[in-house]
Order: sequence, then structure tokens, then C-alpha cells
Amino acid sequence: MADNEIDSHSGVETTGHEWDEIKELNNPLPRWWLIVFYATVVWSIAYWIAMPAWPGISGYTKGLREHSERENVVAAVAALDEEREAQMTRLIKASSISEIESDPELLQFSMAAGKSLFGDNCATCHGAGGQGFPGYPSLVDDAWLWGGTLDDIQQTIHYGIRSGHSDTRFNIMQAYGRDGLLNRDQVDDLASYVVSLSGRDADPEAIERAAPLFAQQCTTCHGADGTGDTAQGAPDLTDAIWLYGGDAVTIRQSIHNGRGGVMPYWTERLSETQITALAVYVHALGGGE
Amino acid sequence: MTSESTSEHIQHSLTGGVERLEVDPVNAPEKRNLYKAREPIYPKRVHGKFRKLKWIVMALTLGVYYILPWLRWTRGEGEPDQAILIDFAGSRFYFFFIEIWSDELYYVTGLLILSALGLFLATALFGRVWCGYTCPQTVWTDLFIAVERWVEGDRNQRIKLDRARWTGDKIRKKSVKHILWILIGMATGGAWILYFHDAPTLAQEFFGGRAPFSAYFYFALLTFTTYIFAGSMREQVCTYMCPWPRIQAALTDAETLQVTYRRDRGEPRGPHKKGDDWDGRGDCVSCRACVAACPMGIDIREGPQLECINCALCIDACDSIMDKVERPRGLIAYDTDANVARRLVKEPTRFRFFRPRVFLYAGALAIVGTVMLFAFTTRATINVSVQRDRIPPYVLLSDGSVRNAYTVKVTNRSNLRRDFEVTFDSSTNLVVSGVGEAIDNNTLHISLAGDETRPLRLFLTLPAGSEAGRSLPVNITALVQDDAETATVDTVFLSGER
Repeated sequence: MADNEIDSHSGVETTGHEWDEIKELNNPLPRWWLIVFYATVVWSIAYWIAMPAWPGISGYTKGLREHSERENVVAAVAALDEEREAQMTRLIKASSISEIESDPELLQFSMAAGKSLFGDNCATCHGAGGQGFPGYPSLVDDAWLWGGTLDDIQQTIHYGIRSGHSDTRFNIMQAYGRDGLLNRDQVDDLASYVVSLSGRDADPEAIERAAPLFAQQCTTCHGADGTGDTAQGAPDLTDAIWLYGGDAVTIRQSIHNGRGGVMPYWTERLSETQITALAVYVHALGGGE
Repeated sequence: MTSESTSEHIQHSLTGGVERLEVDPVNAPEKRNLYKAREPIYPKRVHGKFRKLKWIVMALTLGVYYILPWLRWTRGEGEPDQAILIDFAGSRFYFFFIEIWSDELYYVTGLLILSALGLFLATALFGRVWCGYTCPQTVWTDLFIAVERWVEGDRNQRIKLDRARWTGDKIRKKSVKHILWILIGMATGGAWILYFHDAPTLAQEFFGGRAPFSAYFYFALLTFTTYIFAGSMREQVCTYMCPWPRIQAALTDAETLQVTYRRDRGEPRGPHKKGDDWDGRGDCVSCRACVAACPMGIDIREGPQLECINCALCIDACDSIMDKVERPRGLIAYDTDANVARRLVKEPTRFRFFRPRVFLYAGALAIVGTVMLFAFTTRATINVSVQRDRIPPYVLLSDGSVRNAYTVKVTNRSNLRRDFEVTFDSSTNLVVSGVGEAIDNNTLHISLAGDETRPLRLFLTLPAGSEAGRSLPVNITALVQDDAETATVDTVFLSGER
């Protein structure tokens, strides 16, 4: 350093660095600036001691204040839950869907709660938007196997369908062909008949042959006109909605092999209010009755 | 409180010409040894028109700062009645009749751009007027120096006091000064927090110990910074901490009006005795009154310097000297470097206000101002946003009709409860339904409180057998029923492969 030249203009020593003939002066910092700098050094050491700082092999230094951001988050979530409890209580007390839907604040709350519950528990089978997949009913249309009122939806979420719960909704669509209840030709004829129910063209002779078969085998559940029965979970065969598919081949498969989809019960996994919120959300997806 | 000694000194010394004050420019280039502690500067009191102007500006700026949060402004039920309020909890900024929501922060950005450009223009024309008169650092430092002078006396007395041994009198004076400074700092911090909360309520809570922690924190912070910046650091803030002086160097040029020592008139300088001839010499009598008055510790006669905040106190100091020696005022004055150079070569002086950079800054200011004004006067008091359900894009219903779902959010950007009409417009007859809302003749009527946003879950249904393309344009319009203001959002109705 002693070799460094002294700038003639300022009388200050240079650092020896030079760019385009501009030399860097070796001016010391103002004293208050240095004090602030050393204060930050002291601060950082105090910080290491007071707060969690250094990683170790199996943990980290906890610090004197034992501050834990994770615990703060847990506490914040608990506080939020407590805050939501008031809304939850109102939701439990609300007896009907109209009561909930006519209260914008309550509706928003249950929709928000329902949406996240739906994403966690229902979307796997019913789709992120409740649109359903073949074999998994769409929840956004207006066709309901077991009824689309709030009570019906709640009941279904609670106990499921063929779920094994003692209060489960239950019915059987028999495997008419596979179990030998009907022969191959009869199954074919019935499939044509079901196609015709929803106003589509089918072989008139087959329809004629199948009419007594339908009356004998199917009307108990699906009704004499094929419009189904939500009390028994029997689908309407006359509309445009098909759970497994509405083409002749799929309808034939349904008759031959039977159908028996399972919806699990949620009564022990979700709370009463969660199920209510979920029911409100599903109801508001668009198909609720 | 103290004897205003400048004039007395001068009066006294006139018998033998002007007394040469014992003062050195602390921050003269050859003395800028930064490893040393800050050398205290003892600005001497001056009298004159710029000093008067600075008192007025100080009274105005401090008055505005301290009084503004207490002004009331009636806005309507449930709305704050504070004229200026930055409401972080409610994400609103209230400024008299203007209310800016957090999603309209671009107005604040625009305001900052306007301020910056205004500062550019003022600096290009008149130099560092912001620094010299209105910068909070300058105003509070000026106030702190006034308090210091009131308690300890003017320059010479303060120097003597600082050099004196610690006596009861010195302790008393120093404590009174620091207590007054801290009180001013507390008033500053106290007023600051009032801008962020209803002032009367917060004041009550504050003194009752019930105010939020942040109120006490920012009160303490502003008290501390005011006390330190205006009491101890002063010119160090301008020279080392503030970036603005460096930027301003790029905004000014030789034609900028700045506090200037007219070296063409002052040189050659030298002491002058009454009766001496003025021929063959300059008007500067080397009295150093300008240096003694300078709160930045520089000698203005060295020319424009980074430290100079253009406070013009040296003009007043020099003018009173010129009066005494019966020479014309204005040896130090607002002038341009170019004029000094012109006079040196006997050219007529002139002020070139119309320079390219002035047009550039003024033009940018006008453009931004116009855009802001237009945007602000035509801003909507109603907002509609539409989110179409994407999963599923459309729903086939049992009777063969097709339905789309939309989440429509209507926001009432006003302080009053208003009635809105939401309508749907498309070339095909779509049927509207919704969740929890009464819909009459495909029109929805809702009533929203001031500032309220209502999300609506709505469905459009295309009846079975209708001929429609895969994508059908739909306009969703919200209309304010009283003043017929509308907001329309374009969306589509999808019906899939048919």
C-alpha cells in the first residue's frame, strides 16, 4: 500500500486500480457509517444467539427465544379454525338449502369450504369440476340417481352407495346375461328396446319382442315408462344422460354384466358441517333440485 | 431569545470596515477527510428575503403535515370521514373526494411519476429548490437549528459553549435543547401514524395505551429518525445517504438557475476598509459571512458543489454585507453559470429557460398528467368480472339442453348502496338461472352496499334442439340503475360437438 501514489488533486492515496485513466481513491468511510456497519455485525451475532440460526447434523441451533415459524403457522391455523367455528355453527343450524342459499355470506362460506373438501375427497372420481367420468356420475347435470335435493345429497355423502355401511344406499342391477337369467337374443332385444326409450331409432321387431321382457324384468326399478326411480337409485332410461354410456353396445353390456358402482361412505371421515358444506357445494354446481 | 449578533457585529465593525469572521469552510475539498468524525457546523443566523421565505415555507409544510390528518371529509355511512387516510387494513387510500382501491395502485404509481417529473422540471429550471426549501430533511434540520439557536445562542455562543467545560449552565442548555428536539421528534412520529388510522380514535387509543403495536413502533421509529437526522446527522444525510443530489447533478446544466457566487464581480477578493477605493478589485470583501451562514459547511465561492442544497441563506448573508459596504446586492444570487461566463467575456446576460431538456421534462409531465387525468375522470364506479367454468366446459342436461356455468363478480365501487341490473345478451335465446338469486326475464337484480363485491353463480342454458355453433358470443352487462353507468364483459357459451 505504501507504494500507492497520492492523487495530486485531492491529496488522497489511490488504491492502484485504474480504468480508462480514472483512478480509484482510497477514501475511508465516514465514521458514523463504520459504526452502523459494526452495529450490523454485532446485531447478526446477537441474532444467532437469540434466533434459530445454524444447521447441525440432526437439527439446528434453537436460539434463546425458541422462536419457531412452524409453531406460529400451527397457531395461526388454529386461530383461523376457531374463527371459522362461528360460521360452521351457523351452517349446522341452517336447516334447508334455501336458508343457506338466500344468505350470500353463508353461501360463500360453504362454497369455499365445500370446494376445498371436494378437491380433497371427491375430485378423484367425480372430476375436478364434478363433471364425472363413465361409471362415475356427473354432479353438474340435472340427472340424479338417488335424488338431487340437499337432503338426498347429504344422505349419499354420509352413507355412500353399496359402501358396506349399515345405512348405505343399495340396489342391484343384475347380470342378466352372464348369470343366465336371459339368453343372448333376449339381451340384444332389451338393448334395442332401451335405445328406443330415449327417442332413438331401433329395430321395431326387436322392440316388440322385448316389450314383455322389459315389463317383466325391468319395470320394478326403472318404472313402466323407463323414467327410473330415485327412491331406488334406478336411472332414468329415457333422458340424454348415461352413466356408463348410451350407445347400443354399452347398454347391452350393462344388461349382460349388470352394474354396481361403489361410492364410499364419509360419515366417519368428515364432520357433519363438512358434509353440509360439501352438499351445498355439490348442490350449487348446477344440478341441485 | 439571543441577541441577533450578525447586524450588531457588522454595525460595530463598520468603523474599521467589515470584520473578517473567523470561519473555515468545514467541507472544503482539501479538508474532506472522511475517516474523521463529522465536524460540527454552526450556521450563523441571517436575515433577508430568502430567510423569510424559508420561514414561510417551513410554517406551511409543517402546518400541512401536522394538521392534515385531523381534517374531516364526509363520505357516507360506514366510510371513514378522514380527509387523508391510508387504510392498510381495508386496502384503500382516501384523499378528499378521491378513493383509490388497492387494485388501482397504478394511480399512486402515476402520482409518483408525476412527482418525479415535476421535480425533474423544477430542477432543470431552478436547481435544487426541493432540497433548499421543501425537503423534510431541510425543513426539520432548519427547525432543529432554530431551536438550538434559541436555547444556546448564535454561532459564536454555540462554539464557545461546545468548547467550554461541563458546567451546570452547559448541562441545562444541552438538556433543554435535546428535550425540545425529542419533543419535536415525538410530534413528528405522532402525526405520521395518524395518516394510517382514524386520527381522533388513534390519538385516544395511543394515550390510553390501547393502540396497536405498529402505531407505537412507527411512532418510536419516526421520533428516533427525526431526532438523529435533524439533530446529529444533518448535512451527512444529504451528502452520504440521499441519492437525489447525485441524480440532480445530471438534471442541471450551465443554464440552470442556481445559487451562484458571481465571481466575475467578486474577484479579485480581499479585505476592504471603509473609504478604500473599489477600482481594480472585486466586490467580495472576504468576510466569509456566506461560509458562516452555510448549513452544509461549504464555501459557495468555490462554485457549484455536491453539498450545496441551494437554500439561499448565503445570498441573504452576503446581501446584508453588501448593504453595509454600500455596494449593490446580489454578489451571491440566483444566477446561471452561463451568465457568469458571459459577463466575463462582456456578453449580455440572458436566461435560457427554453432548453431541450426543459421541453423534454415538461412534455413528459404533460403527457403523464393528461393520461392520468383522463384515466381518473373516466374511471368506472362499477366493475364486472366473469369466470366461465372450464371443468366441465359445458354440461349436457337430461332433456338434451346444454348448460354453461359462470362466476360473475359485480363490484360496487362507490360509497353508496346501489341497485344493479345484470343482463345477458346473445344472438340465441339462452335461459338464465342462478344459485340463490331471483332472476326475472333473464335479468338479475341485486343491491350492493358501498364497496361491496358479490360473486354470483349463474347458469346459461341452451334449450334442446337449438341450432348454435360450438362457441356462441355472450355479453354480460351490469348496469347501475340510478345513473345508467354500465360495464360489459365479453364471454362465450360453449355447446360442444353437436
